[in-house]
Order: sequence, then C-alpha cells, then structure tokens
Amino acid sequence: MPEHESHVFDVVVIGAGGAGLRAAIEASAAGARTAIVCKSLLGKAHTVMAEGGVAAALGNVWPEDNWMVHFRDTMRGGKMLNNWRMAQLHAQEAPDRVLELEEWGAVFDRTPDGRILQRDFGGHRYARLAHVGDRTGLELLRTCQQRAVSLGIEVFMECKILHLLKDSSGAVSGAVGFWRESGKPVVFGAKSVVLASGGVGKTWKFTSNSWEGTGDGHALALWAGADMIDMECVQFHPTGMVWPPSARGILVTEGVRGDGGVLRNRDGERFMFNYIPEFYAKETADSIEEADQWYDNKKDFRRPPELLPRDEVARSINSEVKGGRGSPHGGVFLDIASRRTPEYIKRRLPSMYHQFKELADVDITKEPMEIGPTCHYIMGGIRVDADTAATTVPGLYAAGEVAGGMHGANRLGGNSLSDLLVFGRRAGQYAAEHALGMPGDVLVDSGQVQEVMQEALAPFGRETGENPYAVHHELQETMQSLVGIIRTESELLEAKDKLADLDERAAAVGVEGHRQFNPGWHLALDLQSMLAVAHCTTLSAIERKESRGGHTRDDYPASDPELGKVNMVTRLAGTTVTVTPEPLPVMPDELKTLFEEGH
Amino acid sequence: MATSADQTGPEAASTATADVASGASGTPTVTLRLWRGDDTGGSFNDYTVDNLGGEVVLDVVHRVQAEQAPDLAVRWNCKAGKCGSCSAEVNGRPRLMCMTRMSTLDTTQPITVSPLRANPVIRDLVTDVSYNFAVARRIPAFHPGPRDADGTYRMAQVDADRVQEFRKCIECFLCQNVCHVVRDHEENKPHFAGPRFFARLAELEMHPLDTLDRRDLASRELGIGYCNITKCCTEVCPEGIHITDNAIIPMKERVVDARYDPIAWLGRKILRRPAPTPASSTASLSPAGKAHETISTQPRTPAGG
Ligand code: SF4
Ligand code: SF4
Ligand code: FES
Repeated sequence: MPEHESHVFDVVVIGAGGAGLRAAIEASAAGARTAIVCKSLLGKAHTVMAEGGVAAALGNVWPEDNWMVHFRDTMRGGKMLNNWRMAQLHAQEAPDRVLELEEWGAVFDRTPDGRILQRDFGGHRYARLAHVGDRTGLELLRTCQQRAVSLGIEVFMECKILHLLKDSSGAVSGAVGFWRESGKPVVFGAKSVVLASGGVGKTWKFTSNSWEGTGDGHALALWAGADMIDMECVQFHPTGMVWPPSARGILVTEGVRGDGGVLRNRDGERFMFNYIPEFYAKETADSIEEADQWYDNKKDFRRPPELLPRDEVARSINSEVKGGRGSPHGGVFLDIASRRTPEYIKRRLPSMYHQFKELADVDITKEPMEIGPTCHYIMGGIRVDADTAATTVPGLYAAGEVAGGMHGANRLGGNSLSDLLVFGRRAGQYAAEHALGMPGDVLVDSGQVQEVMQEALAPFGRETGENPYAVHHELQETMQSLVGIIRTESELLEAKDKLADLDERAAAVGVEGHRQFNPGWHLALDLQSMLAVAHCTTLSAIERKESRGGHTRDDYPASDPELGKVNMVTRLAGTTVTVTPEPLPVMPDELKTLFEEGH
Repeated sequence: MATSADQTGPEAASTATADVASGASGTPTVTLRLWRGDDTGGSFNDYTVDNLGGEVVLDVVHRVQAEQAPDLAVRWNCKAGKCGSCSAEVNGRPRLMCMTRMSTLDTTQPITVSPLRANPVIRDLVTDVSYNFAVARRIPAFHPGPRDADGTYRMAQVDADRVQEFRKCIECFLCQNVCHVVRDHEENKPHFAGPRFFARLAELEMHPLDTLDRRDLASRELGIGYCNITKCCTEVCPEGIHITDNAIIPMKERVVDARYDPIAWLGRKILRRPAPTPASSTASLSPAGKAHETISTQPRTPAGG
C-alpha cells in the first residue's frame, strides 16, 4: 500500500515556462516518458511577460547578421563573464529554434516579403528580434503549450516541489512536492530531473516577477548539492512602472525605446547623452540629431544612447533620480507621445498602450510614462555544462533563467526567449538520453518523503508563530535597500547579518487554516527558497569587489580584469553557503579574434 | 449657483464616501465582501481595509490576505492583465481582478468578489478550470504544409493579423464563464467547446499555413451550432477579441460551406497563401503588409518551385 500518491517517469521537468515546455517537448520526442510539474496553471508562466522578442540571427532584415555577430554582442553585453560555449551555441542555434516555433503554429510579424520580421533592441548590433507586437512571450509560451498538449505530455498543475530526492550513489531519483489545491503530498520518481523554474525576483521589493519567482529551482539545486555561479549578477530592468503604487515594478518593454521612445529627466533633458560609456562610444550617437536619424537610416547613423545595454541605462536613471532630477514619483520620463503618431504607437505597442491605460490611467500616445529600474532577471544561477545543460549533480539538468553562465554579468533583451528555446531543448535531449540509458527502475525512499513532508507541515503546528507575510516583507526590504542596484561593502555585510536573523524567523513562522489552497502556507515554504537565493547573492556580491554588468559596487566602481576571469561559485557546505572564485572556461583563440578585429 | 451645483456633484459624493467608509484613523476604508468556502458550500464575509488609492481589486484582495485572512485562496500571476489567472466576478461582473481599478467602483458600498460561476469551486475565489484544458486536448494541433525552397514559410502581414487577433487570447476563460450555453448548464459541457475554443478553431482554420480541416469537428463534436450569437463572450473579453464577429460567425459559415462544397474550402485555404516576392528594402520597419493586400488572390507557389 503506497502511503503517498506517486508517479514514475523517465524525465520530470519542474517548471512550465518556455524552458520547461521546450525541454519536455524534446524529452518526449526522444521517447522518454515525460511529465511537467508547475506551480500555476499551464500557460500562466512568467514567460508571458516577455514582450520584445526572440533574438536570433535570421538575417531577414539585415543579411549582414550572423551567429558570430550575435555571439559577440552577447559576450560584450555580458561583460565577457559569459560561458563562451553557451553564448556560441545560443547564437548558432537560435534561428533554428525560431523557425521550429513557426512550424508549431507561432505567427510572428512579417517583413514586406512575408518572412519573419526582426526588430531593434538594446545591445544588438542589427535588428534581430523576431516578435509578435509586444506580446512575444505569450506567443512562445502558447505555441510550446499547444505543442506539448498535442504530444500528450502529462502536466501536473498547481503542484509545488519541496525537495529533490537522491539515491545512494548521489544521483537524482525524483522529487517530492504537494498539490496546492489539497495540500496532499505527491512523489515523482524520475531518472532525470530538469529544473526550469525561472527567476528569483520576489526576493526584492520592486520586481517585474510574479509570485512564482521565488527561486525554487535555485534552492532545490543548492540543497541537492549543485554549484551556483555569479548569483550577484542581477538585472534591474531600466524601465519598470513606478506609478501607481500597485503597478510598481511592472515592465515597460524596451521596444518603446527601439520604436522611438526617449528618456527625459524632470527638466525634459534627454540625459542619456551624458552617460555614454567609453566601451560603447564608437557605436553610439553623441548628438540628438544623429540619434534621431538612426530610426530611419540604421546604416549611416549610430544608435541612440537610450538603446545602450540595460545595466547602463538602469544606472543612468538611478543617477538622475539620486541627483534630484527625477519625476514626481521617483523615476524618470519615458516619452514616445511627442515623437510618434498615436496610430503608430497603438500598432507597434498595443499591450503597452493597454497596460498604461488600464493600470495607470495614462494615455501613452498623449503623455510620457513614469518609469524606473525594477528587479527583473538573474543572470547567475545553477552551474551547467554548456552542451548538455547537466548540473554538477548526476541526473539533474537546468535550463532557462534558473541556469547561470549564458548571459554573463548582464543579459541583452531578447536573449532570454532564445535562451529558453536553445537550452530548454538541449536539457530535454540530454535528460532523455541519460534516463533512457539507465537500466532498471527508480526507487523512491519513502523515509526521505516523510521527512520532507513533516518539515513542510511544521508551520501549522506553530499557531503563535510570526506571519510569513511579515518575514517576506522584511526580506524584500533588506534585499532592496542593501543588495539592490548599487551596492557597498558595509551594507552587504549588514544584509548578511539580517539574513541570518531572517533565517531564524522564517523557521519559526506559523500559519492559520488548513492545507487546502492556503497561500499563507505556500509563502512560508517559498520563503525558504528566497532565503537560499538571498544568501547566495549577498555572499557573491561581497566577494566580487568590482563593478561588472548587473553588479555595481559603489566602493569598487571600476571593473577588475582579474575578477573578470572568475565565476563566483556558491555551494552548500553542511548547512551554510560558501563562496569561492573559480576560473571561467577559456575561450578558444579563433573566437577571441572576433573581439579584436572591431567587427 | 455654481457653488450649489458643485455641492451635488462629485464633492457631495466624496463627502458621502467619507461618512460611510472611513476608519477611526481618518484613512478612507473599503469593504470587500468576499466569498469564502469550498465545494461543500460557503458564504460571503466582509473585510474592511484601507482604501489607499491607485489600486486595483487584486491589490485590495492581497491586502486582505496579508492582514486579515492569510488562508484566502486566490489565483494570480502577472498582475498586468497578461496571464489570465485572476478571473473572478466583481459585483457580479466577470472581470480580471488585476485590471479592475478601485476608482471605477462605488466604494461607499461593499464590493462583492465571488468565484466564476460557471466553474465548480475549489476554494474561495479559486475554481476548477479543468474543463478548458480538456477541451484544448480535443483540438488537433496546427499542421503546416512544406516549407518554401529556401527553408522559410512566407505569410503576408494581413494574413498574420487575422490569426494574431485570436492568438492574443490570455486564456482567462471569462468568455467561457459568461456563455449561457454552459453558464447554468453543466450538462452541455461535454458537447460544447465554448467561445475560447471557437476562437482557437477559427485561428487554425484561418492560418494560411495550416492544412487540416476541423470544420466537421467544430459542428459535430464541439457544438458550434449551440451558439446563438448573443455576443456576451465578445463583450467580456479583456483582450478585445471579436470572438463572435471574427471567429464564430465565419466559422459557422465555413461549417455550412463544408456540407455543400469541400472544394471551395480547399481553394480558400490554398489561395490565401501569399506568393513569395523578391526581398526589397527589407531594412524598413514601416508597418508591414499593407502592400500585400492583393497577394492573397494569387495562386500558391508550390514548395520547391
Ligand atoms: S456568442 Fe455564442 S459563444 Fe459567445 S456567449 Fe453567446 S452563445 Fe456563447
Ligand atoms: S477569448 Fe478573450 S475572454 Fe476568452 S479566454 Fe481568451 S482572452 Fe479570455
Ligand atoms: S494576474 Fe495575470 S491577468 Fe490578472
């Protein structure tokens, strides 16, 4: 008699965003019995929020574009901290992944000759983003969802995974979780597990992430003994809504700037011209006249500085606000109303028009938007092998935002959707290969299951314990103010102490009610994941004594070439997280030449 | 005169607000009347919280959750009207809670928030939407013809536009909830796909690259004939998809066509395919497709040709 509901598969994929679906599609197509487990309903994952597009060197708009240019842009955007092999595979395979989506029913916007249209985005040399208006993420997610459904892949919805199971050899053998609806445990035996659980944004106060972005996959991997890299590299998207308070953090697509929108301070000045870094000076327009001609003639003019990579733009906005030149609600203005016709804006940016109208009562065809940086994406994540997406734990794979390395210290817009597809597919392929090559059945140790469930249910026994919402609130405040967009040693150390304190408080939270669909209880459990992430980020941020991409140190404002050669590796030693700098994989010489010739 | 007119206008209304709904501290408050319960039954409970301004219904529900009812069950993800998770009935009207601004509601009265009526309740505001996932599995997936010789699929923007309207769907299932065919008739569900899936069928039917015929399925198994074009689904769609006019009515016509003239259908599907035209000034980002309105009447260029 089984004590728990249990299921056995070859491959279990945790997460049903773009990476998870793409992994499951591949594993299933390879003949592995595959299941997807996700915290929300199918089709609701955070991938729907991606607006701009999928970066792929299709060369439909610029025949000059190819994978080498895309590779170079990605590495430069990532401040050369990227895993070069991931960046190479990504640039080489993205076009095929996009064309494949079309075969599964995606309908991208078209060029005049009927091919897939590509749009400009920050940090990409050529117009490279295949897109569908400004709802590309939804298109990608729905396409993969429909594909997965047509392949008959089993989906376990509204199920939270608490812990990964391992066998006596140290390899992954499955996962334990519970149904959000009933609170009852469910066990998955699996020969391979793919983590595709997305991001960590809910650890910060202002974030574009949904409630699901609690770093579950990061924590599961850490607890299972996997290495994490560069967790200090967190991207603050430069343009999140700042008003009204309820919409704070919600993203405004970079597409607004690609289509002519400009940033202005309180005095109406296009301040980005004051912040062009040396590194990008050669390809960035230094006058308004030149910048404005670029939109119609990209060959003869250089790009407007509003389209610099995200970290540069976010930092510049931060400086304007700190210098007292911000907008009334602590951001700056993003203005497209004075630059394009209402018809153009509505056609190119329909969901932005809709979003501001509905959420802020602002008509973006008539008024500027108020925007400011918001926690958006973590470049760091689980350390994986570039080709196979294998983590350092046998049988465990990771793809998408939860994996580290691909984006280095800073991610270019559009490179996330392509990352999901390229490495989602690879993770699925190698997870299936691993599973199908393993003889025999998986054995699940029910002792481990008991232990995990007991711990998970403990908050119900602490009726007088602290409210998990209060602890979460404090964690967000701590990370926002002390481990935010600009960091400094003393504050990071303060954060480290506070986190130790929050660990204790989180371990003593109490919840009311019963196990059925109880958000307070779910938050109590998610808190453990968020704390694991917070520790990794804080420790790595202390150790990286330089500024690079998404990691900016007030006390070390310059990049340090030596630190540019290492990953900050965090892992669990006993119950504490440790951090060690370890050398980056070294790029082969033939790729290095791409950076020398001034391509 | 002007003064007295003002007093009966918005100011008078705001005075009333202050009288009826303000806490001891003087901060305006609002009362949410939330349905609490599960599949065995439940009742409406009142929760009074501060009315902070600039908020949407979902924010206030979240505040109730954080301050007074931590076990209140509610689904949401994006809080930006993009995921379709937070559907509920606000004052009896099916809405996305994250896209319903408090300022559009009369906060002098309690605001009722209840689960979608057409679905079985799981707990509080969370309902069982599995019917929709079951229907989705019954629709054969997109099935394209071969690629052009250069490895691409060509499609004119006008054709893409038509399909893209339906692909905007965020699967909030509000349309499924208001449709009278199933709203109070659970027994119709097995043979009625509902407006969301008629839109999906229309999308596939109008997709210039698709090769399957799903019209028989639409009429015989998915019950498009039950729809009597009340347009309630269109009215409620937060994405503004013209479900009735652009999906259901054309689908109904095509279903009728199928009965009489299979060749006409085949012709229409094939002829919609744009012929490849030579690439010219592809660097332009100007609104695409306009120049191609005539293309859809040209014959298809066979793959490999
Ligand atoms: S138009 Fe048809 S599908 Fe839409 S609500 Fe009315 S009966 Fe239902
Ligand atoms: S068609 Fe509209 S109302 Fe229906 S599920 Fe889609 S978005 Fe919601
Ligand atoms: S929370 Fe996503 S639509 Fe409301």
